[in-house]
Amino acid sequence: MSRFSKSVLVLALAAASSTAFAFDNYKGIGRDAKPAEVAAWDIDVRPDFKGLPKGSGNVERGQELFEEKCASCHGSFGESNEVFTPLIGGTTAEDIKNGRVGGFVKGDIPQRTTFTKVATISTVWDYIYRAMPWTAPKSLKPDDVYAILAYFLNLAEIVPGDFTLSDRNIAEVQAKMPNRNGMTTDHGMWPGAPAKKGGIGNGGIPDVKNVACMKNCKPEALIGSTLPEYARTAHGELADQNRSFGPVRGTRTLGPEAAKKAADASTLDLATKSGCMACHGMKNKIVGPGYNEIVARYQGQPDAEARLVAKVKAGGQGTWGSVPMPPNAHVKDEDVVTLVKWILNGSK
Amino acid sequence: MGDFSNQPGRLRPAPENFLSHEQVKAVGAGRRDFLRKSFLAAGAAMAAPLAARASEGDPDILNLPSWTTTLGQPVAVNPYGMPSKYESQLVRRESPGLTRVGGASVSFCPLQGLFGIITPSGLHFERHHQGWQDVDPARHRLMINGSDPAFLKKPKVYTMDELMRLPSVSRIHFIECGANTGLEWGNVAVPTVQYTHGMLSCSEFTGVPLKLLLEDCGVDYKKARYVLAEGADGSSMTRTIPMEMVESGEVFVAYGQNGEMLRPENGYPLRLVVPGVQGVSWVKWLRRIEVGDKPWATKDEAVHYIDLMPDGLHRQYTSIQECKSVITTPSGGQTLLTPGFYNVSGLAWSGRGRIKQVDVSFDGGINWQTARIEGPVQNKALTRFNIGWVWDGKPAILQSRAIDETGYVQPTYGQLRKVRGTKSIYHNNAIQSWKVVESGEVTNVQVL
Ligand code: HEC
Ligand code: HEC
Repeated sequence: MSRFSKSVLVLALAAASSTAFAFDNYKGIGRDAKPAEVAAWDIDVRPDFKGLPKGSGNVERGQELFEEKCASCHGSFGESNEVFTPLIGGTTAEDIKNGRVGGFVKGDIPQRTTFTKVATISTVWDYIYRAMPWTAPKSLKPDDVYAILAYFLNLAEIVPGDFTLSDRNIAEVQAKMPNRNGMTTDHGMWPGAPAKKGGIGNGGIPDVKNVACMKNCKPEALIGSTLPEYARTAHGELADQNRSFGPVRGTRTLGPEAAKKAADASTLDLATKSGCMACHGMKNKIVGPGYNEIVARYQGQPDAEARLVAKVKAGGQGTWGSVPMPPNAHVKDEDVVTLVKWILNGSK
Repeated sequence: MGDFSNQPGRLRPAPENFLSHEQVKAVGAGRRDFLRKSFLAAGAAMAAPLAARASEGDPDILNLPSWTTTLGQPVAVNPYGMPSKYESQLVRRESPGLTRVGGASVSFCPLQGLFGIITPSGLHFERHHQGWQDVDPARHRLMINGSDPAFLKKPKVYTMDELMRLPSVSRIHFIECGANTGLEWGNVAVPTVQYTHGMLSCSEFTGVPLKLLLEDCGVDYKKARYVLAEGADGSSMTRTIPMEMVESGEVFVAYGQNGEMLRPENGYPLRLVVPGVQGVSWVKWLRRIEVGDKPWATKDEAVHYIDLMPDGLHRQYTSIQECKSVITTPSGGQTLLTPGFYNVSGLAWSGRGRIKQVDVSFDGGINWQTARIEGPVQNKALTRFNIGWVWDGKPAILQSRAIDETGYVQPTYGQLRKVRGTKSIYHNNAIQSWKVVESGEVTNVQVL
């Protein structure tokens, strides 16, 4: 039998077998994943704890680790709102009993923290292990994660201070999660099979129904909310967020004063990024003269701008002392012009 | 040297060929001044009469601009072309105060200035949870495995070289963050369409159907009904996807975006495309696919991307982006210049399929007219609509309302809030209203 007809036969057999599709059919493409490779990447933990590594850690150790590796961003008690929303807080003994966070039921929750929302403790274990600390993800050992999570659970008053969390008792803790009964999948926004066929939700039936009325659909157009004044200016100069030509213009939201301030702020940014601020202060000498001194020296000299642009580009010494300014070749020509203009205009 | 000027179809010879042998010699001997003089004379002869006639018409027509009268720049000055310097205002922007650190934040796409349906790759909205990375494609791998050996005959690893040899598809799809328009659930909060709707983009993606890869590994569709996608970045983002969508052939692992490779901010060199589903599922820097028999309840499907309902329950695994539309021109934060004709233009899309119809109202939803849809209308893609409008200089409220091929009609704020309250954060697809006042200023308002 020729090679060709052999492979046809193999394909025919494959087609006849229970798998109706091509398996391993793209010659030369892909290779077997080795067990160590799968173990290195497959670190996910499911709500039924499939994938959870063995291990343990206690509250005390967790507190130490958290203080060392996490508190700078999340606060010592996971309460901080500085870098991200708080991890802990907003749950009560009553919630632990009911598995529903009362603040959501009553609708008066002051702040949604991680522990008010999460129903599954596996989620928190999985996430800390895969992603935290934010700047050094995947640097924790499983025992570290158990310890930190034990500390969280103690902060949320779910477990006592002498508690040790482990793969053996984590299911018991799950039964005390404050919002464990707080999720529903009864909706039409899951794009797979419905719950009654082993999937999730109602099979895509929308919860809100509008009809396409075309004429005299209502007596009047009731405006329920308008843009608050502070929000009109909170996003900067809208005129500068649209084309300067075309059917419309961006609305001028900041006055010329404020617009100048915004432009100055962005030039200061440019000066900082370009490295100028390392050697020049607005009002003080650092390595080079303060910008105020430069203004004073060149006031009323119409050719100053051109001269200074050339000087900044090429660098040089002797005007202000013997310390040289290095060439600023890394700064674009048009940026040098912007910077010099800004300095001569008072760089406010 | 002959005179080439009256030989039609000839390439213009290089400048020295315009000169006689004598002239070339003169230039060689240092007498360039005669050349300069003759050019100056020619320039003056052209400019003088035009300037004199400026009062007779538009100076931009009568006085030829420099780009008409000078030599332009040569090829490949910008080996990777950039937009005109006059376009610098339309860029991705953050919404101040929305997030606290740039690595776990959003930048919004400037929808107010875009045309058609394709988002320029450099303006595609960004949402990162742990910063973005520029992943080395030579060292990137895609692993496919099963939660249980019974789910997949052969766990496999693919390189980019291998993935790019496989049969590919190219499809245009929108991607919208589940939290798009989330700032507006309770009341108007932000001024422009960039911030109300700018977590939305649409690209042509190219890649390999995930179905092909799973079958190449010998997936058992009977047992494995869920798929987990995982990123290679620090967050190693994970999301659960239903196997039904994979089996349909719709889900693919993409490397191409708008004719080039994905941008790093959008997952270079590999991301998942899950048409119609919220952006968080389109896992970037995709490194692994796992097949399993249950959903995973990952952080971004158990702590975030859960929709709080008035009864205090959170809806979990809400993934579909329902039918929605918005007028982009004119829109909030813009000002109409004068009364008269305007082409009102906007975008419509649905995570359930194609857009069937878009209606536009100029009186806050009392009366509606059907807009023109620019075809071809594609499945789960942005769809551009346009409609002519003569603004009479009086107040008006502009709205658009999309209908998709399932017959679903985009709801009003009143209808949506009645069912979902105001604290859901996610999946706000209400009809957007822009109010126009006599001055021409357009602002964001909500009509119930
Ligand atoms: C440098 C700042 C930083 C450090 C240090 C840090 N985190 Fe985070 N953490 C963040 C940010 C930012 C997020 C949000 C990430 C996102 O948007 O996906 C986050 C999210 C989390 C979350 C999920 C919260 C939620 O509601 O989504 C948990 C849990 C968490 N961190 C735990 C930890 C632990 C445990 C440590 C120490 C081992 C730690 N973090 C260290 C910045 C930090
Ligand atoms: C490493 C330090 C250093 C950096 C960086 C630096 N400068 Fe200077 N700059 C100096 C010194 C020193 C002088 C004084 C030179 C002299 O005496 O002639 C100076 C002088 C100047 C002057 C006045 C020149 C004159 O002839 O009066 C200007 C304007 C100026 N710098 C602008 C800039 C700008 C803009 C940048 C950023 C692009 C910049 N400098 C970056 C050190 C620096």
